[in-house]
Amino acid sequence: MKMKFATMAVAAVMAAGPVMADLVFPSLSYRTGPYAASGIPFADGYADYFTLLNERDGGIGGAKIRVPECETGYNTEKGVECYESTKGEGALVYQPLSTGITYQLIPKATADGIPIHSMGYGRTSAANGKVFRDVFNYPANYWDGASGAINYLLDENGGDIKGKKIALVYHNSAYGKEPIRTLEELQKTHGFELTLLPVDHPGQEQKSQWLQIRREKPDYVIMWGWGVMNQVAIQEAVNIRYPMENFIGVWWSGSEADVIPAGAAANGYKALTFHGVGKDYPIYDDIQKYVVDTGKAAGAGDQIGTVQYNRGMYAAMLAAEAAKTAQEIHGTPDIDAKMMRDGMEALEITEAKMAALGLPNFGPEFKVSCEEHGGPGLVGVTQWDAAAGKWNVISDYKPTDRELIGRLVAEDSAAYAAENNIEPGCN
Amino acid sequence: MSEAFLYTVEVFLNGLMAGVLYALVALGFVLIYKASGIFNFAQGVMALFAAMTLVGFQNGQVPFAHLINATFGLHVTNFGWNLHSVVAVFLTVLVMIFLAWAVQRFVFRHLVGQEPIILFMATIGLAYFLEGFADLMWGSEIKTLDLCWSAGHCLPQGGNFWIEDMTAGLGGEGFYGFFIDSLDIVAAVVAMVLVAALVAFAQYTKQGRAMRAVADDHQAALSVGVSLNFIWILVWSLAGFVALVAGIMWGAKSGVQFSLSLIALKALPVLMLGGFTSIPGAIVGGLIIGVGEKLFEFLIGAPFLGGATENWFAYMLALLFLVFRPQGLFGEKIIERV
Repeated sequence: MKMKFATMAVAAVMAAGPVMADLVFPSLSYRTGPYAASGIPFADGYADYFTLLNERDGGIGGAKIRVPECETGYNTEKGVECYESTKGEGALVYQPLSTGITYQLIPKATADGIPIHSMGYGRTSAANGKVFRDVFNYPANYWDGASGAINYLLDENGGDIKGKKIALVYHNSAYGKEPIRTLEELQKTHGFELTLLPVDHPGQEQKSQWLQIRREKPDYVIMWGWGVMNQVAIQEAVNIRYPMENFIGVWWSGSEADVIPAGAAANGYKALTFHGVGKDYPIYDDIQKYVVDTGKAAGAGDQIGTVQYNRGMYAAMLAAEAAKTAQEIHGTPDIDAKMMRDGMEALEITEAKMAALGLPNFGPEFKVSCEEHGGPGLVGVTQWDAAAGKWNVISDYKPTDRELIGRLVAEDSAAYAAENNIEPGCN
Repeated sequence: MSEAFLYTVEVFLNGLMAGVLYALVALGFVLIYKASGIFNFAQGVMALFAAMTLVGFQNGQVPFAHLINATFGLHVTNFGWNLHSVVAVFLTVLVMIFLAWAVQRFVFRHLVGQEPIILFMATIGLAYFLEGFADLMWGSEIKTLDLCWSAGHCLPQGGNFWIEDMTAGLGGEGFYGFFIDSLDIVAAVVAMVLVAALVAFAQYTKQGRAMRAVADDHQAALSVGVSLNFIWILVWSLAGFVALVAGIMWGAKSGVQFSLSLIALKALPVLMLGGFTSIPGAIVGGLIIGVGEKLFEFLIGAPFLGGATENWFAYMLALLFLVFRPQGLFGEKIIERV
């Protein structure tokens, strides 16, 4: 009887052992629904990077990685269900890939002590780690995007955009309205005229907005779009013969899927970015060798090197580097969510580290701290080359108006802290 | 003429064009509702499915490629040939006829005589099934739709330069001529031909008269030898064809993608206004909604309310009509005697 019990106990430990050792990075993906065209490449990039680490390096610090995928359809309710159904698996960090889902998960994940990383989306004031201890949005946020776009236009105009007319075409939602306050503040500083043009979801009909642009002839159009709104806006801009080089989208309006439907006429359209584009990085050799050639590529394996794939891969890389940092801090490969949070808060990305990972010059250098969960906010600009069918980086990562953004972050996070009885501080 | 007036005319003209596109979607709803009393929730998804099938045929895409590859470890994606647009349209029409048969055979044949709400629920199920089926069959990526009937003759894109140049002189320096999208002009012509053909079909052909008989009283129609099955397949096929036309016109603007299924949202106020049972009503309703929402946005929405009032206005207008004329402008007044 004793022998039987001992055997069962050993078997149980052996069975449970590998599960305990797995580092779990849930992927809240959307491979179906109206935003699938953007969700699929991101999810593929996220999964493929972790597959690469498992196949090439045996995981992170010797611990294998598991990426349970849960389909959200970009639906907030489903996203919360995905969170609830996967958090018990030992989830280390959530990357919701939706501002709506992020807003819903912030209080839940904070209560559960599981960090959230909303890279380039979500609640911008989460950059203040003294209030949002479990939420990170490095390396750039929406307000960096707005400021980055204006800085780029300043560069283009010799530092003076006074009197220039700038139109913001935006998704009429919380996401689309994010840059307005920043742009209004920057308008006071730089003296440009700002016109706001909201587009209702989903954005298939934008004739009124583009007729207004045709009438008023703004010098520049900035777009905060998503999904079908992007494709229609670019097509409408082509229709009214708006100069593409004066049309700049945020990073969620700058993928291949956004420009390809408009064909050759989309040539010259620009988009902001906080990471590299294309496949010209050594890591792709390893992805080919360890992931694609072994038949382990996520999805159909046909998205490699696209903008959203690169973004998903970058998100996974930052998560993996934070996990490595957590392992170093706590001296164990078996980290939990709280240790992961520590790793994220102590994350340092240097060019030497990026080069060693096969991603030289792919993203900016930055260091996360309790006070700064948002990273450096460096923003670059890419431009679509329709003939070559690829995006090119035309402006390196440049600083944004950190004084203004810092002030806005402080205001918004203070309001959140007051509403939720949070005592800001680092401990 | 003053620029303000000319730009108002431009907005009016563009509203008419947008209305035609809304009407194209609404037509499919009307056809099915008229003949069977079913509000087809899946009409928007049928437009998506038809457009995806058309592009799939054009590009020689292997249907269910992801499923085949995942199951058998293959790497097939394409047959290696491109079909002529006309052939692809013809094949897509055949697929839509097959879909009509399948819908009738596997869904509605079993629901004859059920309450309208049950039939409506069935179409919701059909919409979800078809969404997933379309994704599985052709993939979720955005596809470019280039419909060409001969070399160099494709669906046009962009503003019509001729109209722009001809009208530029009507105003001062601040007026650049009327902007009318060439694709919208084609859509308007196609819609007019389609409506004329559908009305002629319903009035002057044996099948059309049978369709109207079924719409009036399907039991009486059955008693005089009209095949209910055949008529329903015919009607769903026609709705499938209309969905293909709507899918082509909307897909040419935005690329063929999942969001095409959401164009049904644009048809609902049109139906409320024009009536669920009138083919000309769908057109007139579409035009009123299109012009109304564009003018409201131009004159009131953008200057005073912050913009993005079009969806709101369309439904508000439809609601007003519901209050004063529940059957819509051209709908049949339902009189039930006890």
